[in-house]
Amino acid sequence: MSKVKTLADLKRLKNELKAKVELREKGDNPEGRVVIKIGMATSGIASGAREIMAFLTEELDKRNIDAVVIQTGDMGYCFAEPTIEVKRPGEEPILFGYVDRQKADEIIEKYIKNGELVEGILPDNYQSID
Amino acid sequence: MAKYKMQIMVCSGTGCNASLSNELLDNLIYEIEANALENDVQAIKTGCFGLCEKGPIVKVMPDNTFYTRVKPEDAREIIAGHIMKGRKVERLLFTDPETREYITDTKRIGLYKKQVRIALRNCGFIDPENIDDSIARDAYQALGKVLTEMTPEEAVREIIDAGLRGRGGGGFPAGIKWEIAARNKADQKYVVCNADEGDPGAFMDRSILEGDPHSVLEAMAICGYCIGASKGLIYIRAEYPLAIHRLKVAIGQAREYGLLGNNIMDTGFSFDIDLRYGAGAFVCGEETALIHSMEGLRGEPTVKPPFPAESGFLGKPTNVNNVETFACVPPIYIRGAKWFSSIGTGRSKGTKVFALAGKVNNVGLVEVPMGTTLREVIFEIGGGIKGGKKFKAVQTGGPSGGCLTEKHLDTPIDFDNLLAAGSMMGSGGMIVLDEDDCMVSVAKYFLEFTVEESCGKCSPCRIGNKRLHELLEHITKGNGTEADLVRLRNMSNVIKDTSLCGLGQSSPNPVLSTLQNFMDEYMAHVVGKKCPAGSCKDLMMYVINATNCVGCTACARVCPVNAISGERKLPHLIDPGICIKCGACMEKCKFDAITIQ
Repeated sequence: MSKVKTLADLKRLKNELKAKVELREKGDNPEGRVVIKIGMATSGIASGAREIMAFLTEELDKRNIDAVVIQTGDMGYCFAEPTIEVKRPGEEPILFGYVDRQKADEIIEKYIKNGELVEGILPDNYQSID
Repeated sequence: MAKYKMQIMVCSGTGCNASLSNELLDNLIYEIEANALENDVQAIKTGCFGLCEKGPIVKVMPDNTFYTRVKPEDAREIIAGHIMKGRKVERLLFTDPETREYITDTKRIGLYKKQVRIALRNCGFIDPENIDDSIARDAYQALGKVLTEMTPEEAVREIIDAGLRGRGGGGFPAGIKWEIAARNKADQKYVVCNADEGDPGAFMDRSILEGDPHSVLEAMAICGYCIGASKGLIYIRAEYPLAIHRLKVAIGQAREYGLLGNNIMDTGFSFDIDLRYGAGAFVCGEETALIHSMEGLRGEPTVKPPFPAESGFLGKPTNVNNVETFACVPPIYIRGAKWFSSIGTGRSKGTKVFALAGKVNNVGLVEVPMGTTLREVIFEIGGGIKGGKKFKAVQTGGPSGGCLTEKHLDTPIDFDNLLAAGSMMGSGGMIVLDEDDCMVSVAKYFLEFTVEESCGKCSPCRIGNKRLHELLEHITKGNGTEADLVRLRNMSNVIKDTSLCGLGQSSPNPVLSTLQNFMDEYMAHVVGKKCPAGSCKDLMMYVINATNCVGCTACARVCPVNAISGERKLPHLIDPGICIKCGACMEKCKFDAITIQ
């Protein structure tokens, strides 16, 4: 039996399938989106970076925030792992250390949504080159 | 559905496949499962990324990492390093041809900076063998819109307003073609997709069919609705097995979803597509020859009129468009004719895909807006001339086109400008030549191709091209005279004026354009009996400079025909009668004593 009987069927199917290519589309066009980098080196992983990454990906999606979550290498803050860098569109990136679930939740609610700074900001001693 | 955190895209075009990208994909999937990452990470195959020379290509999303020349055994390092620990595998990253620095982000690769992808929008993005990927990227939405919201006349008007011209060579306005086919009344009409890509080195159509087959199927169905046809045929050369396989898979999936077949989307419109295979004759890219070949007749062109739009396949009105032309159609309906016509130049709208080849650093497939200059394509996107050599010319339009020189570098590329400059757009082949290329030999090379591919039906093409080739052969052997150059030009003009089809009418173009732009090289061949580029073997001599030669005997030992003689520690001598000009001695000599004269 054919799956697409009307144009409405096709549109519904497209919406269902959107998630399949979303990650690729976001990666292709990070401009205008919140970009979060997670330090995923040995120290980060040992302190639970992987769990934080999963938490962020799922929660951002649930809360309808257009964001790209990227894992990256050691950012040099091994004492403050898990470390994440959050860049709101058009703003300088900000680093957060000691990010656990609770902190991640706070970052999403306060900083990502409203630009309100929260505790745990690390002084950055590097610059990203574009 | 599992929500993946990372996706690894592996190119599975013909080029990368040949370098084992299939095995690489299998290894990646194995490593993902071995590390229990299958819920977080997905490895998928995609179509061509365009940078074929550096394949197999792997792109990791969402961090946009671009890996080149990845071998199957690199899978473990990519998973264990990059995917699990965020450490990119540096040795596989793309290196900038100029700064020699690693570039991690695809967006910063020169090849991609100036590109605008319309025809290639899904190539290297979706899995071509999975219709769901295509649907997620709006496949068949344009068809749905046309079928439910537009009359055939309105739909044709949209293509006319967009200014879409045929991408296969001639540049005829596609909308006008559709309009004529729509006007002719018949009980059955046909939509034909010309996938008989024949220019040497051109592979844009193949890449589209391999990377995004649904875009072509959808456009053919739209065309069918516009002209009143219920049957589509894709004429594809049998030497494109992967493209054929992907098309078969795509047609099967589209039928299963009800996007091809009877009563599509409950609109009463029916359309289905079949494949027809060609044996790879160049002339079958000409639409009348193509139609004869599909009918089971000899692939020979016939005089137009009647045009296929009046009497084509089996005598019925037939609309023939090229693959890339079709691939541009769906976005026009989704984003509007205005959007499409805002890209490009006066009478050339949209983008064009070029197969960039020859002496450039980034060999591959690029799509740029019409009006981009040759300089931008060759030096910015192409990354400049290989080995820092000097740019000499660029050959566009394949065997039907011509050579453009330094003075054309800043000409915006579009249909009309290329014609005015003595070349043509053709299907989009772009071969870059440097100072080591002999222009007479280049013309000879293309003539060799047309002599072989001429169908032999009309005498100007069958006999004339053969004679042209003989004259060029004569000249490169050092037997030409100035009178030969006049004959070359006259005969070219006669062939152009009197041949039956596009093949003969354009085959002398490489000769005429090199005569016009590189007369000095022709003169050097016929008067000075020299090849300035040092590529015509009969016109050069390897000579040992007695003052530099120390008599080390290295050259004599490497010479395969024993043409070099001389005592140890005394200057040696090459016997030009025996020398086969292989150049082995020159490569071996450490004292720069051997030169070409």
